[in-house]
Amino acid sequence: MTREELQNMAQREQEKRRAFRCRLLVCYSTPCISSGAEGVRKALVDAVKERNLNAEIDVTCTGCVGPCSRGPLVTVRMKDREDIIYQHVTPEFAVQILEKHAIGNEVLSGENVLSKDHPFFAKQLKVVLANSPFIDPESLESYVGAGGFTALQKVLEEMTPEQVVEEIKKSGLRGRGGGGFPTGLKWDLVRKAKGEKKYLVANGDEGDPGAYMDRTTMESDPFLVLEGMAIAAYAVGADQGYIYVRAEYPLAAARLGKAIKLAEKAEILGNRIFGSNFNFRVDIRLGAGAFVCGEETGLLTSVMGRRGQPYPRPPFPANSGLWGCPTLINNVETYGNIAPIINRGGDWYASIGTEKSKGTKIFALAGEINNTGLIEVPMGITLREVVYDIGGGIPKGRSFKAAQTGGPSGGCIPADYLDTPIDYENLAALGSIMGSGGLVIMNDRSCMVDVARFFMDFCRDESCGKCIPCRVGTSQMLRILERICNGSAVMEDLDKLQELGKMVQDTSLCGLGFTSPNPTLSTLRYFRDEYEAHIRERKCPTGVCPVNEVPLRELVHELPRRIKEAAKP
Amino acid sequence: MSVITLTLNGQEVSAPAGATLLEACRQNGVDLPTLCHLEGLTPVGACRLCLVKVEGQRRLVPACTTEAQDGMKVETHTEQLMEYRKMILELLLSERNHICSVCVANGCCELRSRCAELGVDHTRFEYRCPTDLPSIDLTHERNGLDHNRCISCTRCIRACDQIEGAHTLDMEGRGAANRIIVDMHQNWGKSSTCTKCGKCVNVCPTGTLFWRGSTVAEMQKDVGFVHWIKEGREKKQWSVI
Repeated sequence: MTREELQNMAQREQEKRRAFRCRLLVCYSTPCISSGAEGVRKALVDAVKERNLNAEIDVTCTGCVGPCSRGPLVTVRMKDREDIIYQHVTPEFAVQILEKHAIGNEVLSGENVLSKDHPFFAKQLKVVLANSPFIDPESLESYVGAGGFTALQKVLEEMTPEQVVEEIKKSGLRGRGGGGFPTGLKWDLVRKAKGEKKYLVANGDEGDPGAYMDRTTMESDPFLVLEGMAIAAYAVGADQGYIYVRAEYPLAAARLGKAIKLAEKAEILGNRIFGSNFNFRVDIRLGAGAFVCGEETGLLTSVMGRRGQPYPRPPFPANSGLWGCPTLINNVETYGNIAPIINRGGDWYASIGTEKSKGTKIFALAGEINNTGLIEVPMGITLREVVYDIGGGIPKGRSFKAAQTGGPSGGCIPADYLDTPIDYENLAALGSIMGSGGLVIMNDRSCMVDVARFFMDFCRDESCGKCIPCRVGTSQMLRILERICNGSAVMEDLDKLQELGKMVQDTSLCGLGFTSPNPTLSTLRYFRDEYEAHIRERKCPTGVCPVNEVPLRELVHELPRRIKEAAKP
Repeated sequence: MSVITLTLNGQEVSAPAGATLLEACRQNGVDLPTLCHLEGLTPVGACRLCLVKVEGQRRLVPACTTEAQDGMKVETHTEQLMEYRKMILELLLSERNHICSVCVANGCCELRSRCAELGVDHTRFEYRCPTDLPSIDLTHERNGLDHNRCISCTRCIRACDQIEGAHTLDMEGRGAANRIIVDMHQNWGKSSTCTKCGKCVNVCPTGTLFWRGSTVAEMQKDVGFVHWIKEGREKKQWSVI
């Protein structure tokens, strides 16, 4: 494909869109599909066909809109008017939207209308997901029509690899997988590493409970990820890329696979891209369901077809990764940021966010909160704004107790720190991590010991078993937490828990191990009174834990009394 | 051969360039405890006993996989490191059923030696007492496999793969559920790839792999051969021209 062909494609697509009087955009990502978007789409397509309005009204399936708990969502876009979003759309209601709004020009009112001024949208700033609600993820034309692949073309025609790395460095972008390593620096390391062949890997193996940022990025805008990867490959000198997707994300893998095929057919991926000497191929690797394969060295061994276990660094993947070659590995969300940075400049990106954490971050808002869904916010936003403005507060008049960030590797942030700006450093100082972006909100009915026990059980189950601190340490910590929950622990157990947590943190081999005690240690730090109540008073303050179910200690103390009672006639 | 200089526990010492920290330590009279490491096999850094503190590095590093660099400042026996090493051994003792009094390897067990060296005589953690382990595999004509004593160091797997070249043994499962398996998870006696060389038994640091017919404290193991085989290969002493 040449520059002219790309421009023509974009122009044709824009003209085609302009020709429609009204466009009905059906959100078609996993949450909406699971709540019935398929039926809505079918009803709309059939109804338009029945009325012979194919030339006037367009029905398009798009990427994620955001408020996932309100799906299925339909956006009505008419010429010279503001977009209207309808929530909880049923197939019958979809036909009503078509008849009254699209044909009759009358905006429906009532509970089903989700205003654009809704605070859920107002405080967000979308960079990675900017196009997601408007484009068809399965159509190359749709992506090109929204300005897609201009960044790749610009890079290949006008910039040297050094300039690309410089631009990324200037933007201050940091790894979105959780570690927060400066992306530009990593690219520079791989670019300077010596090796005949270099590889590039996108990490789409997201396993945190309740988090789905990577899935949505891949499902909603697969071409954006591919474009970011191609730019990165050009910058570091790689010619083969792999996207590692969990097998539990069939839709993401299917859309990425389709996107790769379409891009190859249009000669945007493959040999001599845009007439340059740059070649780049991408293949998909499906993960087999191990959480530890989200850790970079574990992921690389899995891509190579070996047992998915991490190995000690150094050597870092930048020097010796896939088959011993220099390998650049970034999260898919990181790649999603690349094209906007190239298009709008590193300085623009650096103007968003805090001093050390630039740009925006996608969070999956889940748990006890009114508006659950996917949000993209500038770094430095406070937790209060996320919870009360975007999230709409805690339902049923309950109060906020803690926010769990970073999944099983993160920690709990109590209400006292609601006004802390969210960035890498602040979260680390609070004993948590940014992580990939899971944000679980808990209300006053959640028992923090039980939460710690849940995450510890997750880590124990997902430990690969290679190193001893993680394999045995997590299972010993889980035992202690279980004893606290069922009321058979003693106060010394708390010290043991802390000691063990510190040891697992310091001595484990990989990221899974050394972050696994975070939920336990952070709840122990902020909610020690709850732990003590379980042990001293043998009472769960929130009533979640069945403290009397296995009263091991009590049984010994009370056995004589119970025998006596049982013996009574 | 070029030589580098590094500081070990405050003393300046020299080591050949390219040596690992563990080699540098041992060549200079500083002994670090190890379990998964065996000279002649590729290091994996799994047991975490040889962790050392390197100045300027945020995390503790395993000496067996880290290359010694010129000017490194290394602490090997701080109070915290010793405490961590003890805890690791205690965790190992609590993991499966390590009962010396009925073990064939009593007397030649590296796990027990490490415990004795570091002064670990009991574990403060709850015994996990796993009951879901497969029964002892005694189908092989020479060797036996007892999962109860396995510490998942993978020395047998590496010796089978890298020294013998058979790759009969491997690992299944993950976390605490990982087990040594033979071929595609079958009885050892039915294995078509096992060459009956016995290298796995000799490299096993505990009583997991043993000669059939030996009883309590009767096992004798010799791990030195791995090193000689590797050295012979490197010097091409047996190569056919």
